[in-house]
Amino acid sequence: MKRKRRKKNVLPGFGLTMGITTMYLSIIVLIPLSMVFIESSKLGWQGFIEVVTSDRVLHAYKISFLTAFSAALINAVFGLMIAWVLVRYSFPGKRLIDGLIDLPFALPTAVAGIALTTLYAEDGWIGQFFTLLNIKVAFTPLGITVALVFIGLPFVVRIIQPVLENIEKEVEEAASSLGATKKQIFTKVIFPELLPSLLTGFSLAFARGIGEYGSVIFIAGNMPMNTEIAPLMIMTKLEQFDYAGATAIAAVMLVVSFLCLIIINLLQKWSRKHEMQGE
Amino acid sequence: MATDLVKNEGKHIHKPTAVKKETNWTKRVLITVMFLYLSIFLLVPLVYIFVKAFEQGSGVYFAAITNSDALDAIKLTLLVTLITVPLNTVFGIAAAWLITRFQFKGKQLLLSLIELPFAVSPVIAGLVLVLFFGPRGVMGPLFSELGIKILFSTPGIVIATMFVTLPFVARELIPVMQAQGKAEEEAAISLGASGWQMFVRVTLPNIKWGLLYGMILCNARAIGEFGAVSVISGRIRGMTNTMPLHVEILYNEYQFSAAFAVASLMSLLAILTLTIKAWIEWRAEKQQTA
Amino acid sequence: MTIEISNVTKHYGSFEALKDISLNIPKGELVALLGPSGSGKTTLLRMIAGLESIEEGTISFDGSDLTDKHVNQRDVGFVFQHYALFKHMTVFDNIAFGLNVRKKRLRPSKKEIEVKVNELLELVKLSGFAKRYPGQLSGGQRQRVALARALAVEPQMLLLDEPFGALDAKVRKELRSWLRKLHNEINVTSVFVTHDQEEALDVADRIVIMNNGKIEQIGTPSEVYDNPASPFVYDFLGNVNLFHGRLHKGKLNLGYAQFDAPDYLDAMDKNAVGYVRPYQLNIEREKKSVDAIATKVYFIHSIGPKWHIELKREDSDTYVEVELNKAEHAQLDLTVGEVVYVRPKEMKVFIPEDFVI
Repeated sequence: MKRKRRKKNVLPGFGLTMGITTMYLSIIVLIPLSMVFIESSKLGWQGFIEVVTSDRVLHAYKISFLTAFSAALINAVFGLMIAWVLVRYSFPGKRLIDGLIDLPFALPTAVAGIALTTLYAEDGWIGQFFTLLNIKVAFTPLGITVALVFIGLPFVVRIIQPVLENIEKEVEEAASSLGATKKQIFTKVIFPELLPSLLTGFSLAFARGIGEYGSVIFIAGNMPMNTEIAPLMIMTKLEQFDYAGATAIAAVMLVVSFLCLIIINLLQKWSRKHEMQGE
Repeated sequence: MATDLVKNEGKHIHKPTAVKKETNWTKRVLITVMFLYLSIFLLVPLVYIFVKAFEQGSGVYFAAITNSDALDAIKLTLLVTLITVPLNTVFGIAAAWLITRFQFKGKQLLLSLIELPFAVSPVIAGLVLVLFFGPRGVMGPLFSELGIKILFSTPGIVIATMFVTLPFVARELIPVMQAQGKAEEEAAISLGASGWQMFVRVTLPNIKWGLLYGMILCNARAIGEFGAVSVISGRIRGMTNTMPLHVEILYNEYQFSAAFAVASLMSLLAILTLTIKAWIEWRAEKQQTA
Repeated sequence: MTIEISNVTKHYGSFEALKDISLNIPKGELVALLGPSGSGKTTLLRMIAGLESIEEGTISFDGSDLTDKHVNQRDVGFVFQHYALFKHMTVFDNIAFGLNVRKKRLRPSKKEIEVKVNELLELVKLSGFAKRYPGQLSGGQRQRVALARALAVEPQMLLLDEPFGALDAKVRKELRSWLRKLHNEINVTSVFVTHDQEEALDVADRIVIMNNGKIEQIGTPSEVYDNPASPFVYDFLGNVNLFHGRLHKGKLNLGYAQFDAPDYLDAMDKNAVGYVRPYQLNIEREKKSVDAIATKVYFIHSIGPKWHIELKREDSDTYVEVELNKAEHAQLDLTVGEVVYVRPKEMKVFIPEDFVI
């Protein structure tokens, strides 16, 4: 009487959607992306190391990572604050501000790039104040950081906001009834809840920052050994038809991006675990 | 006992006012800092684009956005979005359906792969497409034999834009459909609906706002994509210039007013995008409370 | 329609959700699948509906095998746990859905659909609500819409997943008796899943008690309540006192007390447990027989017309619960702290399958 059967789905469309998803993803993303590793392997190990450790390339990595890291850090601090203000306080114009946060997602990066460059130039609207302090913003690593702060601004805010909204008022009231001060409630009750999301937002902003091109390219000035970023090095190599060289640099950046992706995934798992424990 | 109670009560009456004063003070400081931060990084740049665009009068502005190069760029950008957004929408719905409605091995991996384009620098996206479709690439010789030009032409720009904007719709839909669960769809099927009837009558009405949201985000990014397109276009003026590339060229030729004029058009689109997004969220909120 | 389930098995990964289940549901009966969460009752219901695939075994309706039939060919009406009403459709459109999606040649005319829906609205007592949306209804009303929607396609059987689970206590009771009456009226073979024993005892013609993917007992409400087939059923259906002891030649020994266990005349010195419901215990002031246990009154409280007495056994640290009616309680006039003897009127003895229990 016993029969073995294949599992069947009640809802339709498994084969169809599986087909569309994997085909589309493969053609548009995966197969082209695999070219990076095929192409850079043409250089051989020796050649590969030579390209990615040349002084100019190393400096470009350094600039990319440092500026992306600083921008992500700035955004983590202010993003947390902005999320707090938007969730906890009410004030006139809140809706408008809340909508404005997403501007960097909606505004073309090149547009942001030229606007920030002219604003932060020595005689620009904002740059002139920095000139008074003898600080140059545009065409320095500081300028790159400014552009990356703009690009990464929504990440932390948008990730923290829902988590903060979900923290029950009762938890804080409980802490308060047990005698905790406002500061203690924040550092011991709220902040630990937010930490996984904060780190996720930071990693997202960082990952976006090291790859960013459009907004940075105008404000960077692109001086070799000074304000050249890694994506620009790829562009430069390409313009010289040095495909293998460009690909080698790209391969290193991809590995870093994948690492970021893995870290982000682990962080999200961690924050989900938090939620489970919260229940 | 009794005196203790009174004491405690006294304390409690006193405490809230102290707390209130403190929060009022922190509140004001925090709001002020936020306004300053957002002004320097978001508000001033946005306003500045329009100021710059009209710096030399509306004559220069309209000339900049109606000359033939600008019009060609606008047309190409529209064409690219008209192809990209629908294709990515179909992909997004399929992927979200697959991931939220079925159990299968490798689901987590598939999810990560869908998000992959977000983690890849647009310049690298452009690069890999050059490698893939270029004369030395895998597909290059095949296409050139067929007489189809991909690099430095419209198809290349379309594919590059598809690469970069691929996750948007799927990423908006997956949480929406996950939250909705599959009970309504199972109910429809158990009542005799066909797959298509279920999709049109039950699924689509339930996800329409999330879908619209994903589509406008996809649209915004498709219009504004710069890095990937810049690698693949070859920048032949009037032929393969999208609006962002046109802005770059004008800017590098020191035609600042013209550059900002075209930029202001895209900024208007960005503001429109944000407005629609806010409207969708406002609607959803209202529905929830109703 | 008769439902015949034979040797059905289901795994989720390495977890065995259903283990070789066989069950017959006669035509026109209202059957409850009762069990704790994770017992497999919902899985079984969804398999009958065709919402879950069957790995091994068969399910047939009126003798025809439906194991491989898709849900929309099975002629079942399924009421989902959280109703799964279509949020964007009115009550009317929800109920008409199953008729509207029929192929053109099978679809009733607009007029017929309207008549049918109005009939159903009347049946579920929601006549004025056709134009409302699910969001504007109370939980009980939504439940009734879900039921009407399932009935609209004139199913051969009705399957309900935790039909009253999401409702508050009072509405739940009302709906319960209403469902019972409705079932008598339309007389469709119905199966519902519940974890609430009171609900099952109250409504069902027959109860299937499930635990860990297996059926523990099948029977009428009075059969399963008065004659539990296993320790699990005893425990799950109401409160029970446990008396751990040694079983030897038809007698259960614990300390100074000894009880008859006529089912186990051959047992040789085994660990065993006697099960006694609180109302099956007498309280006596003096030890009159060998089957009385000395206890000290610990706590006395009343629940409506009943009195609950908690007593601590003198020979161990365990507590015994006794239920008395008003008259018994008045006659005994117990005070907290006094020593009395409890004596079972009936006891059922089980030998634990392992010694963990």
